[in-house]
Amino acid sequence: MSTPLTTVHETVPGYPRVRDDYVDPARVLLDLPAISPLTFAGGSVGWLVTGFHEARSVLYDPRFSAERWRGDDTVRPIPRRIRENRGLGPGSFLSMDAPEHDRYRGLLTKFFTVRRMRALEPRIAEIVESCLDDLENAGRPADLVRHFALPVPSLVICEMLGVPYEQRAGFQRASARLLRQNVTEAEFEENFSALIAFVDDTIRAKHAEPGDDLISALVASGELTDTEINGIARLLLVAGHETTMNMLSLGTFTLLRHPDQMARLREDDTLVPLAVEELLRYLSIVNAFPVRVALEDVEVGGILITAGTCVAVSVPAANRDPELVEDPARLDVGRSRSSHLAFGYGIHQCLGQHLARTELAAGYRGLLKRFPDLRLAVAPEDVPMRSDMIIYGAHELPVTW
Amino acid sequence: MKMLVDIPKCIGSGQCALIAPDVFDQDDNGIVVVLREDPQDTPELREAAAVCPAAAIEFAAG
Repeated sequence: MSTPLTTVHETVPGYPRVRDDYVDPARVLLDLPAISPLTFAGGSVGWLVTGFHEARSVLYDPRFSAERWRGDDTVRPIPRRIRENRGLGPGSFLSMDAPEHDRYRGLLTKFFTVRRMRALEPRIAEIVESCLDDLENAGRPADLVRHFALPVPSLVICEMLGVPYEQRAGFQRASARLLRQNVTEAEFEENFSALIAFVDDTIRAKHAEPGDDLISALVASGELTDTEINGIARLLLVAGHETTMNMLSLGTFTLLRHPDQMARLREDDTLVPLAVEELLRYLSIVNAFPVRVALEDVEVGGILITAGTCVAVSVPAANRDPELVEDPARLDVGRSRSSHLAFGYGIHQCLGQHLARTELAAGYRGLLKRFPDLRLAVAPEDVPMRSDMIIYGAHELPVTW
Repeated sequence: MKMLVDIPKCIGSGQCALIAPDVFDQDDNGIVVVLREDPQDTPELREAAAVCPAAAIEFAAG
């Protein structure tokens, strides 16, 4: 029998979001026991999970709800709109539980299968090449985020969804602002509304003139209201470029700081898919979530989590747990594939994971091939890191070649 | 070794089809299709089971 609440450590005063040595999880996160009490951004005290097995069991267990409005958050209080509307609105299935979540996800999985993503490979490689041209034409030194890491996933997701890339100003800015940790209520409201309006215009255009794209297919399916499609499209649009963008930039930064690993990839590019998995694990750009709320009393790792309490899973810490891989602090691009949690676990595991894998493999491969002498154009400490954002990465990455 | 795949649990993550494509595929809706009911016990097969986010792939002795 377990003895709940007998070995509880000191309460962590706030989620340790600032990283060590640019990419490592804060030391304190790695020194914590698998589950510790944590004070959340809104002031409530819940639990912080840093152990790999404990993280998997929380993310897998339907007794933990993903409905954000029920609880508190790690680095910023839950915006008023989410609390009052009990979520982000119809279609926003990332923060929904089964069976509501399953209905939306079930309509979308077919667009993201391994086979579909394989069929996209040549087109993604073309997009990578054209962005590499842009980066090269920008001249040395150039910002890899602006000329490569952002446009690659942005172009890909726009094409998939059927959003005109020329109109990217209409969503990139709003999307980026929504992911700030210190976003005010007013800013959240303004940017959220802007995103809804932008997607609304796109959906209207698809009604008038359908294309060979995901939004048109959802419109044509007749299974969803336009409000639901809006929720889905917003989620895919934001998730589709903010994540891959940061993996491309932070992955490049990391390879540049590990020349031995970079050299292995240059010598043998069949290692790239394994390197993608290892970088996903090692960097864990989802910095301070997911958060779940216990719907009833649940025991995890000998701790009793009472109904109504929030549980934050630290993906960076869980992915550096020696229970997951041997010597977790070491970057090893040839490491056999691990069961890392970079894409989450359970029913909410990333829908676009194979798209991300495809983009990252094409991106790293293309970059290494095009620039045999790629290097940072500034000292590592002068790279502005995204410690102020919900998704970690680099704001800019000045490189030369 | 006997493999048991709980298809109703599948969420269509597709990781099994990526890692062990000779044993698993996805149907048009992304749901798992078992290509070999009695597959060889390989590291890839064990890996596919280990990473399944729905814990839908299990093994029984015998």
